[in-house]
Amino acid sequence: MNLLEVVLFLPLAAFLIALLIPRSSPQASRVWAILASVATFVLSLGLLGWFDRSTAGEQFAVDIPWISAPDIHFAISANGVSLWLVLLSTFLTPLCILISWRAIQDRAKEFYAFLLLLEFGLIGVFLAQDLFLFYVFWEVSLVPMYFLIGIWGHERRIYAAVKFFLYTMAGSVLMLTAIIYIYNRTQTFSYPAIVDMLSSGRLSFTPEEQLWLFLAFFIAFAIKVPLFPLHTWLPDAHVEAPAAGSVMLAAVMLKMGTYGILHFCLPLFPSAARECAPWIVVLAIIGIIYGALVAMVQPNMKKLVAYSSVSHLGFVVLGIFSFTQMGLDGAVYQMLNHGISTGALFAIVGLLYERRHSLEIKDYGGVATAAPWLSTAFLITTLASIGLPTLNNFVGEFLVLQGSALANFKWTIFASIGVILSACYMLWMYQRVFYGEVNPEVRHHVFDLKLREWAVVVPFIVMMVWMGVYSQSFLPPVGKVTAKVLDETQVNVPFRVQNSAPAHNTEAANAR
Amino acid sequence: MPANPTFNLDDLIRFLPEIILTVMGTLLMVLDPVINKRSSKAFGNLSLLALVAAGAAAVFAYTTKAGPAFGGMLMVDGFATFFRVLVMVVGILTVLPSYSFLTRQEAETGEFHALLLFSIAGQSIMVAANELIIVFIGLEISSIASYVLAGYLRDDKRANEASVKYFLLGSFATAFFLYGVAVIYGCTGTINLTAVRTALTGQDAPSTLFVGLAAALMFVGLAFKVSAAPFQVWAPDVYQGAPTPVAAFLSAGPKAAAFAVFLRIFMTAFEPIAHGWEPIVWGSALLSMIIGNFAALLQSNIKRMLAYSSVAHAGYVMVALAAAPTTPNGGIGAAMFYLAAYALMNVGAFAVVSYVSGRGERSTSIDDLAGLGQRQPMMAAMLTIFLLSLIGVPLTGGFFGKFYIFRSALESHLVWLTVIGLLTSAVAAYYYLRVLVVMYMHEPTEATSKIDPPSLGLRAALILPAIGTLFLGIFPNWVLDFADRSASLLK
Repeated sequence: MNLLEVVLFLPLAAFLIALLIPRSSPQASRVWAILASVATFVLSLGLLGWFDRSTAGEQFAVDIPWISAPDIHFAISANGVSLWLVLLSTFLTPLCILISWRAIQDRAKEFYAFLLLLEFGLIGVFLAQDLFLFYVFWEVSLVPMYFLIGIWGHERRIYAAVKFFLYTMAGSVLMLTAIIYIYNRTQTFSYPAIVDMLSSGRLSFTPEEQLWLFLAFFIAFAIKVPLFPLHTWLPDAHVEAPAAGSVMLAAVMLKMGTYGILHFCLPLFPSAARECAPWIVVLAIIGIIYGALVAMVQPNMKKLVAYSSVSHLGFVVLGIFSFTQMGLDGAVYQMLNHGISTGALFAIVGLLYERRHSLEIKDYGGVATAAPWLSTAFLITTLASIGLPTLNNFVGEFLVLQGSALANFKWTIFASIGVILSACYMLWMYQRVFYGEVNPEVRHHVFDLKLREWAVVVPFIVMMVWMGVYSQSFLPPVGKVTAKVLDETQVNVPFRVQNSAPAHNTEAANAR
Repeated sequence: MPANPTFNLDDLIRFLPEIILTVMGTLLMVLDPVINKRSSKAFGNLSLLALVAAGAAAVFAYTTKAGPAFGGMLMVDGFATFFRVLVMVVGILTVLPSYSFLTRQEAETGEFHALLLFSIAGQSIMVAANELIIVFIGLEISSIASYVLAGYLRDDKRANEASVKYFLLGSFATAFFLYGVAVIYGCTGTINLTAVRTALTGQDAPSTLFVGLAAALMFVGLAFKVSAAPFQVWAPDVYQGAPTPVAAFLSAGPKAAAFAVFLRIFMTAFEPIAHGWEPIVWGSALLSMIIGNFAALLQSNIKRMLAYSSVAHAGYVMVALAAAPTTPNGGIGAAMFYLAAYALMNVGAFAVVSYVSGRGERSTSIDDLAGLGQRQPMMAAMLTIFLLSLIGVPLTGGFFGKFYIFRSALESHLVWLTVIGLLTSAVAAYYYLRVLVVMYMHEPTEATSKIDPPSLGLRAALILPAIGTLFLGIFPNWVLDFADRSASLLK
């Protein structure tokens, strides 16, 4: 058993053990959950230590036959992109447990059990190298999130939970159809083997086939991202979920979609992806602007952050479909940034809710007076989310915009509007919640950060600054992988888009 | 038919499961007046014993004496053994929750168990039959016993309605089937499936009109038995009215047996005219999936909902049947796997319903499950597994069932059927989720608070299929390998 398997299966084992803890001792469930998730995080840091940053290849590969007919393997491995996403999941899970410590009193045992199961599903999604296994994890991660929203959410939780489940399910059955179709063509689910067949020309899809398969995968991913106009489940799910659910949903689950596009859609169906790119980019830009405009008018903090996610994820999709090295790097970096900064936003909004029991902006005001440290933390997060230089989002947005400018300058012009708008809605919210007259309710109920909450906020802020100031710690392995993906999208495709960093282009040319 | 049908010991061993069941059934009838009903679990125990013994006998017969029995009237092959064991398992899972159910309804009799055993004996004959007349005999034994079982709670008006409806429509269906048999005999002069096949492929093949007519008539009869659209109208009323353990049994046992017959007749005898019946099966599959899943959305009674869901699941198996002629092993193997997975998850789900339904089966609305997750977490967790499996979430048997079926459908280029089928299964997620919502996300009502802890039998009836469902979802190979291998023996 290598370290990657340990990191994957530890949350599952922890989940099974958590089920055995008696209901009468919720504290034991909490302690167990935090211990297990911190252990997972520490082990995943070990992955980072052994990770070879100089290559785009898959590392820590495990390939065990699972089912013989059809030939399904338990195949997992990590590359420079998936490793960061796994770390993001393992980093956020303990923080989510901490923010739920007091907020979740009802059925605490099940709550933490589901959170651990969710962690297992999410890590699995990012590691699976067998299309079938990928689908399994994709669906498995759905179930705990469904319960997290449906049981511990706010008033309209049931509606939101069911909508979330059905939207994802509808998309994923299309993906399943495509996966089975590919299997029938290739007799394998192994993703590396399929890519290998494609690049060596042993397998080729007709343009029509490629388009349909691409769409089947893409719609499943686009629902998860969510790409305008498939985003309508997101505001409901984010708003109704408990704080920990919102954090995991926004920070990690949405990345399942963008990761899927990057890891599966582009290399498997390069020419369809390029053909559809202009349309998708238009949808992404609509999402950026529409998400920002709708966020501006929200009276509810969580809904505002939720719509800001639609806007931010639009940047990620734009970056991916710019088909430039910078755009792809920026997209991946933005995936991580969004995880950190929006995760932090939802976490701190959760802390506010715990105190004031309201998400309405109008119920707040003057929080900065009552809770200065909390306000400072929120301010830093807000600025990060807007894209202030030296904080993380700036790097990602800059790369995405530059990448898209290389592809088509008009895209950049429209997308930049979103950056401006994000400053408007975030700062305006900050102003209404934290400044102004101190609301009497706020004075009575809102107190400053406690030790446990410091433990949540500090790691977030450290990451925001680190990722903003020294992106070199994170980007090089990402760049290796995105360059490879970019190469793979040039298989069977006439050269149209030249990127500014032709790292592997010569190799691709030679291959052809 | 052989000229000199002599018995020999081997034939008796091949027929042993049916013998055990019939003997025990008769014994139970005789013991009925003798045993004290109030305090005794003897009936249940005896029928469990018989079912386990019959299951073992079926395996024994296959491992030692596989082959045709009684001059080719029965065929003890892997296919038959698979379904024999399956119907025995369904029987066991019906008997287990019926202990507490019958006590609660104050209706403990030997009659119930005897009828159940007869019905299973009939199904066991059906699945091993290699001659149309034997199919018919098995079908009748199975059906007549189940008509009575459906009306077993004779003071219940709905049970009576269910029984009469099931009987009337069922008799029609069997009559259709018998007509089909008659026509085939008229055309080909034989009722042996293999011989029919030979006759259809031979030089002087009979007129396609008549063979088509016969196939169509049999299709109607069998489609009724498996509750595939457009012959599904009886299912909701019967499942709702019948006592819950019986409804569980009807939705799994007779259905699996009828599908076994379906596969054997259409893939052995009528395979040469597959191009003719494939579109019909295709249409029926599509209709069943659409009608079943959409009608289930509107139900508030959980038994009715499960009835419509069983129509939809019949549709999925029909997809496999439609794919079978072009991908023989894949399609049949997938159908077999699906029926096994479906039997486990559906019987399990019904067992939970029988547990919460209360005296006189008053609480069978979905809302009566409110807060079950808090009051009886174990029960709720088991039902969750079954429902997730019915939705088709990975790591459950239901998922692999669907996966294998739609894979063979895609292999046969039934792309649209696959896409529509999978989309309707996403629709289906809605009504299954509604049960989960009520169980976990609604506050417990008085009804759920009053539920007693489950009895031992019931617990076994839930845990066994739950383990089975998860096992099929994580290690599907064991069953699938066997299904695939036995599917190839068909012709």
